[in-house]
Amino acid sequence: MRKLGIILLFCIVIVVFFQCNTKNDTPSPLQGTVKINFKNVVKGSPLTLNTASYTNQNNQTYTISKLKYYISNVFVNNIDKSSGNNEGYYLIDQADALSQSFSFNAKVEQYSHLNFTIGVDSLRNVSGAQTGALDPLNDMFWTWSTGYIMAKLEGNSPASTQVNNKLQYHIGGFSGVNSAVKKISITLPISAQLLNVRANRTSEIFIEADIDKWFSNNIDIVTEAAIMTPGPLSNKIATNYMGMFTVTQVVNN
Amino acid sequence: MKIRITISLLVVVVVSILLLEACKKTDVLVYKPTYLTFIVPIGWPQPTKNIFENNPLTEEGFQLGKKLFYDGKLSKDGNFPCASCHQQFAAFATFDHDFSHGFNNSFTTRNAPATFNLAWMPLLHLDGGINHLEVQPLAPITAPNEMAETLENVLTKLKNDSAYPALFRKAFGSSEINSQKMLKAIAQFMGSMVSSNSKYDKVQRGETTFTTAEQNGYTFFKAKCDACHKEPLFTDNSFRNNGLAINTFINDFGRLKITNQRSDSLKFKVPTLRNVELTFPYMHDGRLYALRDVLDHYSSNLITTQPTLDPLLVNRIAMSNIDKNNLISFLRTLNDTTFTKNVRFSQP
Repeated sequence: MRKLGIILLFCIVIVVFFQCNTKNDTPSPLQGTVKINFKNVVKGSPLTLNTASYTNQNNQTYTISKLKYYISNVFVNNIDKSSGNNEGYYLIDQADALSQSFSFNAKVEQYSHLNFTIGVDSLRNVSGAQTGALDPLNDMFWTWSTGYIMAKLEGNSPASTQVNNKLQYHIGGFSGVNSAVKKISITLPISAQLLNVRANRTSEIFIEADIDKWFSNNIDIVTEAAIMTPGPLSNKIATNYMGMFTVTQVVNN
Repeated sequence: MKIRITISLLVVVVVSILLLEACKKTDVLVYKPTYLTFIVPIGWPQPTKNIFENNPLTEEGFQLGKKLFYDGKLSKDGNFPCASCHQQFAAFATFDHDFSHGFNNSFTTRNAPATFNLAWMPLLHLDGGINHLEVQPLAPITAPNEMAETLENVLTKLKNDSAYPALFRKAFGSSEINSQKMLKAIAQFMGSMVSSNSKYDKVQRGETTFTTAEQNGYTFFKAKCDACHKEPLFTDNSFRNNGLAINTFINDFGRLKITNQRSDSLKFKVPTLRNVELTFPYMHDGRLYALRDVLDHYSSNLITTQPTLDPLLVNRIAMSNIDKNNLISFLRTLNDTTFTKNVRFSQP
């Protein structure tokens, strides 16, 4: 009889133990994980902060000391199916390797396109105090004229006429014709392959972001070294960096 | 034997109950805030957006917000809490200062606006640069001529304080302190400031009557001032150029700085006139000290040559001395001492 009691006790302990460990966030069986990996480069070479000197189309040299940008509303789709928007906001920061990749769940399916917003949608810009990647502590928020800095590039250039030859692009603005909220859709290249999301597996997409593209369309550092407000110039840079992303590899597991 | 079985079963039951209890949150202190209802005064419109939509108003959140509002820790040297420029006896404007001053003996470039009835203000600041009450404190906290502190330092000071972690837990359910919670708490306090009990309000509610001078002033007001200073909030929340000469030392172009639209040059927010007698000096830079000066501005002194001058002011506003006296009598009925003396909003 005592044994019976002990067995009962064990049963209950085990049941309770497993109940305690039940997590709600494990992907359902028909879901897999998509991991996106960003790598910032300049014309094919990995971006090096501070020490490397780069040259734009106008033969103006510059260095980069800080590079951050928001990625949000990420989803993958094919011609008739979509993974649905992932609601996360991610701040890709060149100074923080961990920030350069993130994962989200997607339905089991083959996908041909990767979609995301560069920046933070207008709703989040008008909804008060946010946290996580959107915490104003991340120094990507304008305090004097509410709104997120969608992307930030800071450095120096001998061509700059600003104080200390500063190069400073704080790109933002979430409404109107000069909105810097930019959505892009990338067709996974034929040289790579379709993204194959399988149950409880992680498939990965590798992206290179060519920072040289910020200076496309003849950006002249002499006159355009500092942008710190929404407006046409901010929009020009945002339109430029929309073209900086290339999918280099898709790894299906 | 029977006793043994009973004991075993009892042990089993007790142990399982204990284990199930252990499953529950380790935070033994239960989060039970006192929820508050934000009351819209009778006859007032609903706020344009619900500022408490993602920030449920609680007594604990309000009290935390009040403590933060009055705490110098939010400033670099400890001397400039929010309340240093927003004084209750001046309806939360700065009493008797054209420009408020901040860290290191520096002046700001604008007159601190009174902070009440904020739930009805879609855009904050004289240039409308702030689109949500929750993010407003970031501006004065980080401005070098105001509180001059970094958000990071403020949070560190709060985390190292003996009282705050428990207050954050009471307000939000966990003692973790972050910028979002701090800002939401301040928004609960500031958003709760409602001034709706002036003599004017009592007259509207039929509890008292205007004197003849006040009534004449009110009649004039409705004919000539109400278009911008719309009742019952006494502002239409628009941005307008009211014909002030530009201060060439500051060169403040107002809303232009926010929108980059030439058409917004020299436009500033129409301020509420509630508690107006207490919020002197007047205009965005506090250049006019008395209500009489303001009326003289509108009747005689305003500049009519600026291209963005408000169309309603192109002919100035004709007023006799009697009109002005009556108007001042009426404007004084907008003082709300139940608000400016309400201990609920006073320094804890």
